[in-house]
Amino acid sequence: MAASPVLPKLVGQRVKRREDPRLIRGLGTYVDDIKLVGMQHAAFKRSDLAHARILSVDVSEAESRPGVEAVFTGAQIAEFVAPMPIGTPFPSPDHRAVAVDTVRYVGEPVAVVVANDRYVARDAADTIVIDYEPLPAVVDPEQAMTGQPAQIHADFENNLAVALVPSGTGVSADLQTVDDTAVDKAFADADVVVSQRMYNQRLAPTAMEPRGVVAHYEPGKDTMTIWSSTQNPHILRSFIAALNGMGQDQVRAIAPEVGGGFGAKINIYGEEYVVAGLSKRLGVPLKWAEDRSEAFLATTHGRDIIGYLDLAATSDGKVLGMKLRLIADIGAYNMLLTAAIPTLTMMMANATYDIPAIRTTLTEVFTNKTPTDAYRGAGRPEATYFVERGMDMLARELGMDPGDLRRKNFIQPDQFPYATQMGAVYDSGDYEKALDLGLKNAGWEELKQQRDAARAEGRLVGIGLAMYVEVCGLGPSSSLPTGGWEHSQVTIERDGRISATTGASPHGQGNETTFGQMLADQFGVPLEHVTIHHGDTGVVKQGIGTFGSRSQAVAGTALHLAGGKVKEKMAKFAAALIEAHEDDLVFENGRISVKGVPDSGKTFAEVAGYAYVPVPLPEGLTPGLSEEAFFEPANNTYPFGCHISLLEIDRDTGEPTLLRLVAVDDAGNLINPLIVEGQIHGGLAQGIGQAMVEEVRFSEDGQPLTASFMDYAIPRAADFPRFELDNTVTPTPVNPLGAKGVGEAGTLGSTPCIVSAAVDALSEFGVKHIDMMLRPEKLWHIIHGGHS
Amino acid sequence: MAQVTIAVNGKKRTAEVEPRLLLVHFLREQLNLTGTHVGCDTSQCGACTVLVDGRSAKSCTLFAVQADGSEVTTIEGLADGDQLHPLQDGFWEEHGLQCGYCTPGMIMSAVNLLNDNPSPSEAEIRHGLDGNFCRCTGYQHIVNAVQHAAGTASKE
Repeated sequence: MAASPVLPKLVGQRVKRREDPRLIRGLGTYVDDIKLVGMQHAAFKRSDLAHARILSVDVSEAESRPGVEAVFTGAQIAEFVAPMPIGTPFPSPDHRAVAVDTVRYVGEPVAVVVANDRYVARDAADTIVIDYEPLPAVVDPEQAMTGQPAQIHADFENNLAVALVPSGTGVSADLQTVDDTAVDKAFADADVVVSQRMYNQRLAPTAMEPRGVVAHYEPGKDTMTIWSSTQNPHILRSFIAALNGMGQDQVRAIAPEVGGGFGAKINIYGEEYVVAGLSKRLGVPLKWAEDRSEAFLATTHGRDIIGYLDLAATSDGKVLGMKLRLIADIGAYNMLLTAAIPTLTMMMANATYDIPAIRTTLTEVFTNKTPTDAYRGAGRPEATYFVERGMDMLARELGMDPGDLRRKNFIQPDQFPYATQMGAVYDSGDYEKALDLGLKNAGWEELKQQRDAARAEGRLVGIGLAMYVEVCGLGPSSSLPTGGWEHSQVTIERDGRISATTGASPHGQGNETTFGQMLADQFGVPLEHVTIHHGDTGVVKQGIGTFGSRSQAVAGTALHLAGGKVKEKMAKFAAALIEAHEDDLVFENGRISVKGVPDSGKTFAEVAGYAYVPVPLPEGLTPGLSEEAFFEPANNTYPFGCHISLLEIDRDTGEPTLLRLVAVDDAGNLINPLIVEGQIHGGLAQGIGQAMVEEVRFSEDGQPLTASFMDYAIPRAADFPRFELDNTVTPTPVNPLGAKGVGEAGTLGSTPCIVSAAVDALSEFGVKHIDMMLRPEKLWHIIHGGHS
Repeated sequence: MAQVTIAVNGKKRTAEVEPRLLLVHFLREQLNLTGTHVGCDTSQCGACTVLVDGRSAKSCTLFAVQADGSEVTTIEGLADGDQLHPLQDGFWEEHGLQCGYCTPGMIMSAVNLLNDNPSPSEAEIRHGLDGNFCRCTGYQHIVNAVQHAAGTASKE
């Protein structure tokens, strides 16, 4: 054997992504790239009205068109597709994948066409004539709570999906008794109280790849293969099996290349159930590819929550108490995780602060709008926004530096693990360290001088600061109805190459690279010898999926544990082969050898080969090198950070320009800082997008006003300055990697720090708060009077 | 039906097409060149960008019949065998992509940008990519990728 090259350690390095060569050549296979012999195409006819009774559906013209295989109304679909399930324990109204007698939002499916060509299918769908009896629609959740003018679901009085749920100080674990003494005392003792109604507006997640699904039922085998643009093929498999009367062993779900998800591809959608059900019924492979116009209507939205915040504090800035009343507009139906998302806003109401008394309440309301579900951050950016905007108002009220106010209220490093008033147990943290680094990197004092100098010239310049703490690495099974574990199997192949599976289902997160780095280091082999398999329930035996910034912390740990098990067994084979003690062996540079004696050993491939033809079979061993591990974390992880912005508003036009965004993030130990940087950039872009340009809007009668990229802005390259990143490292004790997760972090600190900067910029006009997004018109009115 | 002859990635293709067939569907459905993606239906996102006679064009906004007689380059035709185009190399080196869906269109637009302006400033790159949306990266690494390809990379 030639001398093995010395392999560098990869964990912690900025390793280029292994996913990229196929993607930069256009060789990735996304759902809509899949073609099967005999494949038909589905198109959905969708409601044009926000709320109406369906009187009749005339499909005769559609059925008569050449190339049309079949047309199904909602009533027909209901005969073989069961009602849509949800993934939370909340009560939920009957929800059919295709509406049967009533439509409740614009874009709800009413009929579906199957044809031999996508153009033919769409044309035919357009000929379907639906006779509606329009019903009053309601789009304002506070209006909807009165039960007028619309009652959307029969059994949900006043449109309350979740009636008032209390949480926090003095609330019993079963939520049945509420003692307000401590909260009332905090407010009675306060020198100052700031109060504000804030709106965290509705957003469209807008992955660049719209949704899509291909289903292939094979009657001879009674099996179903379903390809979908999903974040969690294993959950998809479970639900598709259940709704088609099949076993989970009969369904294989594949998430091929997935073009972004951002939470909106966690949900299992009606289109997936229908396409699978129709493939089974018709015995043909069937594809549906979502148009962007459909995506704006029918892919779940995010956020849309009103927060009434009251903060009570002493005159020197110690926060004594908080009240936060939340009203979440969840749209027309409960989807997979819909009802659970706003509970995360409650859960994170402590933010980074040691607040003695907190009362939150949550109400979730149905309206005639697209259903909401997870969107990057999912409940935590909302909490961060409300609390951090409140802290900024308090600092302004007290005339305190916003950094000083926060410093005065932080949970201290020696208080971790810290059980919050809201039932969370923060794992580890050093908030002051992140604040200090943020202030230093921003040049906080100089920034203030710069702002004041600009103001002296008549310019409207402001600075904003926000802290955040995230809940990531979801999570123990007690907090996730899907199960909160992850799974991995690591196999040393007979040739010494490594195949590993992960239940995480990446769609841009780069797990083929990061997990490859981990195994390459663990076994001392080249990265090129490791393949990470994901996104296919036929290959990956078990899994939950990718959401809640859990890939590294949970799936990465499962991989690490499975790798450890197989390494232990491999060491026993190597020990027998080398005639050494297994504890004396090291795995490095493609060899397994006695520590300090590199020439003593065998190559990795030689040991692997021996394990599969074990002559003689060492005592106590079975042949083969393949081990699996489930990992269930004992707790979530809680990354944190500090974001600071500098913003200028044009006095004449009201147009805001983000000049600087300084971010300090602490995600614990990092596997690949390059990929982490990319994740933070992406999160920042979406947070800044929310603060500055994005908002889903509806007319009063429920017509969507932002249903294309012509009306809904997502940020473009010229909207951003160069982000200034840095990080602190506070490992988590929750998993052996010390990694906390980073996918959503950027969306948390960015929105409040930008809005606070805008308020600061417009302070001369006496403005206290501005609801997002920072539309120039809105800012112009503040500057030039009229209304605020 | 109408007959079109389009040279795609250097190879002449003749086909009978419906007059309303979009160029992007001609490429994807008839030629199986699925590297060109569809991200919207209103010509904003740029995921479908290809080169038509050397200029970037959104292939969802052209009918195949409009491209009759032209030369089209898609992402699949950009590399020279195993030799990546400098922009492909730049996107790989600088982590200019995450999910990869916008990437082919983004790269094709950037090809046009660098053809017009081989040494663009950062602001010129950002404005030059105005017609291409990315939801994953926040664009900073894309800017770095274009700078890498242009040889104007300045370290942060």
